[in-house]
Amino acid sequence: MTSILLVAERDGQGEISQSTLQAVAAAKSLSDSQVTVAIEGDAVKSGASLAVEKIVTLSPTDSGDAGIYDKATYDITSLISLINPDLVLFNKSDFGSVVGARLAFRSDYAFAADCIEISSTVTGLSVTRPVYGGSALAEFEIASTPAIVTLRAGAYETGTDTGSPIIEAFNSDGSVVGQGATTTDTVAEARDGVRLEDANFVVSGGRGLGGPEPFSLLNELADILGGAVGASRAACDAGWIDHSYQVGLTGKSVNPDVYIAVGISGASQHMSGCSSSRAIVAINKDGDSNIFKEARFGVVGDWEKVLPSFLATVRDLKA
Amino acid sequence: MTFRIVVLAKQVPDPETPPSQFKIDESTNSVFPPNGVPPVVNGFDLNAVEAALQLRDAGADVEITVLSAGSEFVMDAMKKPLAMGADRLVLIEDSSLGNIDSSGTVKILAAAIEKDGPYDLILGGRQASDWDQAHVTLGLAEVMGLPLVSLVQKLELNSDSVALQRVIPDGYQVIEAPIPVVLTVTNELGEPRYPNLRGIMQASRKKPEIFTLADLGFSSGDLAPKLELKKLYVPESNRQVELIEGEDEPDSGKQLALRLREEKLI
Ligand SMILES: Cc1cc2nc3c(=O)[nH]c(=O)nc-3n(C[C@H](O)[C@H](O)[C@H](O)COP(=O)(O)OP(=O)(O)OC[C@H]3O[C@@H](n4cnc5c(N)ncnc54)[C@H](O)[C@@H]3O)c2cc1C
Ligand SMILES: Nc1ncnc2c1ncn2[C@@H]1O[C@H](COP(=O)(O)O)[C@@H](O)[C@H]1O
Repeated sequence: MTSILLVAERDGQGEISQSTLQAVAAAKSLSDSQVTVAIEGDAVKSGASLAVEKIVTLSPTDSGDAGIYDKATYDITSLISLINPDLVLFNKSDFGSVVGARLAFRSDYAFAADCIEISSTVTGLSVTRPVYGGSALAEFEIASTPAIVTLRAGAYETGTDTGSPIIEAFNSDGSVVGQGATTTDTVAEARDGVRLEDANFVVSGGRGLGGPEPFSLLNELADILGGAVGASRAACDAGWIDHSYQVGLTGKSVNPDVYIAVGISGASQHMSGCSSSRAIVAINKDGDSNIFKEARFGVVGDWEKVLPSFLATVRDLKA
Repeated sequence: MTFRIVVLAKQVPDPETPPSQFKIDESTNSVFPPNGVPPVVNGFDLNAVEAALQLRDAGADVEITVLSAGSEFVMDAMKKPLAMGADRLVLIEDSSLGNIDSSGTVKILAAAIEKDGPYDLILGGRQASDWDQAHVTLGLAEVMGLPLVSLVQKLELNSDSVALQRVIPDGYQVIEAPIPVVLTVTNELGEPRYPNLRGIMQASRKKPEIFTLADLGFSSGDLAPKLELKKLYVPESNRQVELIEGEDEPDSGKQLALRLREEKLI
């Protein structure tokens, strides 16, 4: 039997997030798995029919701990000692990356970040994770338990199984070992239109755009197609567009039907954030550029000449 | 009183290596550096060096020590933080350090920091571009029992605390942390400065201070990996691009739109 503790996260509506549902599918793919889900706050509607054995609710965090995660690290560490799982699964989110790493090193457990595959072996677990920015894959075996693993979004498809888990509250002893860092404010940019992560159409610009102005053309295209604009890290670092638009390994992950990359070379770290798109389309003046190895459709050419007529044709088609 | 900053910096293969030149020796599960491309200091670690230098620019009396654990150090690469303006370079060099995992790295970095003397701030990079794990700095905070703030894009020094901005997906958090504290620095902080000629000259005269594993009280057996690397390989890609060629570039743009429409993609 593989006993698994899965630490759930919520979406914007407070329901169990898509990434967590994918993690449930990953957990169920292991042989003879018994899954306990831990979630902060109450168990919510989407939890009641989750295809797992048990849901454990944790008391919610206060705003001073936002991004620090002292409380979650403490609570989940306590929960692990109580239920002794073989595997603790997190999403590779901000929360999962910090809490997973902290509690693993606190208790000297094995930790594997950003995995795309997990399987059981005779002696323990095997995990696969992209390394070198996605240029290579590494397969590791973990013999010690519990193994702490974060899972990349999109690596597993959500399952269709339902269940009727037992719901219990877990009250940790309340003595959070805080280290004294406190969050005093959150400054978040409200964004009109579709979120980059949810968009069915994304057009991203890179260093090849040469400056901030061309992004207005990209915005126009995104508006017509009801999509969102993204960017490469090079464009963000240059200050042409805010970093919150960055797509890639250290930016956002997108999975639209169509991803158009304009003036982007297709570095593996960029592709890590968009390779699950249904079709990648490249506009780049260098035919040898790596983006053409990843794209389904492409034009080798200068965006200044290609993009305006592309935009005009799309506008006509949509009119 | 001098404020002591330790910056953790790792030597990595140059991540700008074009994917077509990225090769793996599957018999030893290791990466072949492409001919003539020297390793570099991990990019986010240079952002951390920059963060430390900005505190000096803001008027603080800081001493910046760059600390690295590894094997086969290339001095031209490792001296870059010194050329940017860091004061000291401390290297933990041992041939066995090529094969340890992050649980071992954290243990020896923690031991080296304790041995090297008092510290006020420990800065690391957001993640190392070889194994992309993003957890050595986080683990170090846990092992040393220090507060941790990750993904820092801005920092200011007060007398016994730091005021920070931490990047979140659509903005940032404002955080106060006591000193000493461990921070991971992200590229949103701004580009690392280029070394100037004077910096390069000074760096060339400086010698790194070397710690051996024995100096730190370890033998290589103490650092057995928790994760055993079974296989390292380049994934196969069988994507085939369809290039759209019109009469001229504007026509290609038009044909592209029509083709995407035909595929019902737009
Ligand atoms: C650890 C790590 C994490 C990273 N994370 C990310 C990440 O999350 N996201 C990310 O994007 N990058 C990331 N990077 C950076 C990545 O390695 C590349 O440096 C970056 O993606 C390059 O951006 P670019 O393609 O815009 O620029 P370049 O690589 O400079 O490419 C510009 C392209 O524009 C083309 N071009 C120029 N002029 C024109 C024109 N007039 N018309 C058409 N085409 C033109 C050129 O042919 C070229 O292909 C990361 C790097 C590291 C080391
Ligand atoms: N061997 C090392 N020597 C010095 N610093 C390191 C080493 N490994 C990792 N680090 C630091 O930890 C950060 C995160 O690394 P990683 O967890 O490997 O992605 C890096 O950006 C460095 O600042």
